[in-house]
Amino acid sequence: MDHLNQTLLLTIALAPLVGSIIAGLFGKKIGKVWSHRAAIYGVGLSFVLSVWVLKLVMGGETYNQQVYQWLQAGSLSLEVGFMIDALTAMMMVVVTFVSLMVHIYTVGYMHDDEGYTRFFSYISLFTFSMLMLVMANNFMQLFFGWEAVGLVSYLLIGFWYKKPTAIYANLKAFLVNRVGDFGFILGIAGVLMYAGSLDYVEVFAQAPTIAAQSTELFAGHSWSVMTIICILLFIGAMGKSAQVPLHVWLPDSMEGPTPISALIHAATMVTAGIFMVTRMSPLFEFSETALSFVLIIGAITALFMGFLGLIQNDIKRVIAYSTLSQLGYMTVALGASAYAAGVFHLMTHAFFKALLFLGAGSVIIAMHHEQDIRKMGGLKKYMPITYWTTLIGSLALIGFPGLAGFFSKDSIIEAVHTSHIAGSGFAYFAVLAGVFITALYSFRLFFLVFHGKERFNTKSDHLPHESPAVVTVPLILLAIPSVVAGYFIGPMVFGDFFGNSIVVHHDHDVLTHVGEEFHGTFSFIVHGMTQLPFLLAMSGIAVAYFLYMMRPDIPAKLQQWFNLLYRVLDNKYGFDTFNEKVFAGGSRMIGQLLWKVGDQTIIDGAVVNGTAKTVGAISKVVRKVQTGYLYTYAFAMIIGLWLLLSYFVV
Amino acid sequence: MIALSDFLILGALLFSLSVAGIFINRKNIIILLMCIELMLLAVNLNFIAFSHYSGDIAGQIFVFFILTVAAAEAAIGLAILVVLFRNMQTINVADLNKLKG
Amino acid sequence: MGIEQIIFYGFSAILLFAATMVVVVRNPVRAALFLILAFFTSAGIWLLLEAEFLALTLVLVYVGAVMVLFLFVVMMLDIDLVPLQEGFTKYLSLGIIVAALITVEMIAVLGASHFGLDIVAAPVPHPEGYSNTKEIGLLLYTVYVYPFEIASVILTVAIVAAITLTLREKKSKSQNIAEQVKVRREDRVRIIKMEAVKQEETES
Repeated sequence: MDHLNQTLLLTIALAPLVGSIIAGLFGKKIGKVWSHRAAIYGVGLSFVLSVWVLKLVMGGETYNQQVYQWLQAGSLSLEVGFMIDALTAMMMVVVTFVSLMVHIYTVGYMHDDEGYTRFFSYISLFTFSMLMLVMANNFMQLFFGWEAVGLVSYLLIGFWYKKPTAIYANLKAFLVNRVGDFGFILGIAGVLMYAGSLDYVEVFAQAPTIAAQSTELFAGHSWSVMTIICILLFIGAMGKSAQVPLHVWLPDSMEGPTPISALIHAATMVTAGIFMVTRMSPLFEFSETALSFVLIIGAITALFMGFLGLIQNDIKRVIAYSTLSQLGYMTVALGASAYAAGVFHLMTHAFFKALLFLGAGSVIIAMHHEQDIRKMGGLKKYMPITYWTTLIGSLALIGFPGLAGFFSKDSIIEAVHTSHIAGSGFAYFAVLAGVFITALYSFRLFFLVFHGKERFNTKSDHLPHESPAVVTVPLILLAIPSVVAGYFIGPMVFGDFFGNSIVVHHDHDVLTHVGEEFHGTFSFIVHGMTQLPFLLAMSGIAVAYFLYMMRPDIPAKLQQWFNLLYRVLDNKYGFDTFNEKVFAGGSRMIGQLLWKVGDQTIIDGAVVNGTAKTVGAISKVVRKVQTGYLYTYAFAMIIGLWLLLSYFVV
Repeated sequence: MIALSDFLILGALLFSLSVAGIFINRKNIIILLMCIELMLLAVNLNFIAFSHYSGDIAGQIFVFFILTVAAAEAAIGLAILVVLFRNMQTINVADLNKLKG
Repeated sequence: MGIEQIIFYGFSAILLFAATMVVVVRNPVRAALFLILAFFTSAGIWLLLEAEFLALTLVLVYVGAVMVLFLFVVMMLDIDLVPLQEGFTKYLSLGIIVAALITVEMIAVLGASHFGLDIVAAPVPHPEGYSNTKEIGLLLYTVYVYPFEIASVILTVAIVAAITLTLREKKSKSQNIAEQVKVRREDRVRIIKMEAVKQEETES
């Protein structure tokens, strides 16, 4: 296969689906081993072919064709189609690679779980959905993939469905996602209304026309149509990529098994929103209001979610808040029109965050499913491989020069610094402060888990030991791109890698400005070590070392002195309480109202019983006419006769 | 000379008398049936008056048939009355309220 | 005042009086007798209108048959007269009002303004030898023979109906073979499920 063609692309998309169906429907019959083999082969095949596609795309090929027309309603045609360009190819490789790593890892992690085959079916199904999302060439398929990943996320968060907290979490995830999807579908409707088509190419071609129109949303205020559409689309991204205020589901999604935290809630599903906004860059570029909105929301998320990571005690929650914060970084990049930087950070983040999650999973297995970091400590000597890979992941996360995260984060910070749209000042402050916070919580976690004295029972028979190869090999395999992926910054961020997939208007074009100063990766590293982010990161590590290694008594004291602040953070700024009281409580109240008043009183009482009673009452009166006496009837006849006579006489 | 209107007025009076009789009388079904006969009598008078003053015998033919039918109806009405009395032991109209709603 | 008018007004007065009595009087036998009087007088008025055949028929058929039938029935039913004589005047006023209203309206329509002598002329008296019966016969058996036949059918139906209504089945001891042969098992046998009753232990 020398060229991109339909068979190749369909194989990539459908192989995981086939694996999912085999594992799902026939899992019990064919047993665990063959189930996981089917799933892994499916995803493995997708990965290999995706790399091949990337190679073809880098050689200059693109693809945009319809594969199947689903239905035609008037002038609207709903199709399945694939658009392969640099952006898509990169996403495909990332998705399939991380998915493959997670599949292999799951063999070890979920080894004793009775839902083993079901799990493989779900994660393969997820891979299929995500691929359909990124390979789509029209909004409808995008939405299909969007919803499908949301569904699989729900299924996987509630994988251990007998746990009440898991059920609470998966419902929360689905509902919050739904709110985002509502905005998203309104945005798609807007696109359809003003562009008349759902196909990407056709819509982007009409972007200037759409941007010139404005409409009155609320009486008296005229809004640009493009702003409305872009903000609505971004609301969908807010739901999927967990931006404030639709972020509340992500920490709770840690109820699911660790492999899916790695796959879905770090590397792939949550990045769907970022991918979507990047894909829609031709539209977003026309609305500076929407870009500012994106920027500010991202900045808020980046900063405030980082604070929450400081006080978490569950190993997965710390990493979850870290994910939220990093998603904020990607969103900030998008808002500053540095799409390439945002997507680049998406890629690097996928690697090191998945690595961190899988590492946490390894620790959890070793600690026999204990997840509280206050009960860990000193694991370095028990789990060397996990230790070193997690160290690499953490350093990548905080942006240590030379590792992948450094390149992507620094390019974002520089881009935001250069941007001058509304909110960029705040955003710059937020991303800088975020660097310090990130370093602080990351190394807090690292020191508390791997260093210091053991805070668990060292005398028992089940001391922690290194995890089996199926667990550690993916860790190593993920550590490699966490180190080297950054070196692609040249072509990807400042070069021409993304080509036409990303459109940036001249006055927003921050990356070109930053790129003028880019003279190769080595000089970037050297330059970076003199800049503020590096200093902030190093001071973060130092403070973490001080607080948790040298003087572990201080954190407790700090908690006492700043008790109010601590409680605000512990309560997650009150978002959950607010949602529960206002939205959930409000809905319950409305339901109660509709039941008591609407259903019981009005419908049952007034309408159903009421009509019966009215009929009864009327008939009680009318019944008196039927006396049964002959003379009454005769009298009635005579009265009638008289009336007729009168009518004719008079 | 007697005008047509005199006969007609006589018929009208007879008719309204019988109508009054129907609902004044509450107790006796037989009186009810007799009032019906009076009504028919009034109608017959009308027909014959018109037949006389217009010279058309058809009016009298009609009276002939009315007589026939009235006889038949009286017979059946009385038969029903007899059967009713057998079952209810009363001819009080006020007791015949089986069809009361 | 010609003889014609004297007869007319005299007979009319008796007729109206008799009619009123029919309604008012308590005893049904007396009411029937008053009705007979009404028929007789009305026959007289019909004679005035040169409808001899019908006047005679009225007396023969109506009075002779129908009223006799009435009297038969009145006598046959053992009527308790006492409760019949109460509660009469309650509805009197309403009845009179309605009847009066109807009368007034009818007179307004049928009165002299529409049917007086100037509008409808008095008919020419018939020549000698004019037979009313013959005239009726001429019309009845030619033009109206079909209604005539139907009238006879009606009378037959009336006979049948009257007999059927009042027929009482005679209770006889004779056997009805057809009924006996038509019998089915379900009409004669019915099986009931019962719990077995335990016999008491006898000492032995």
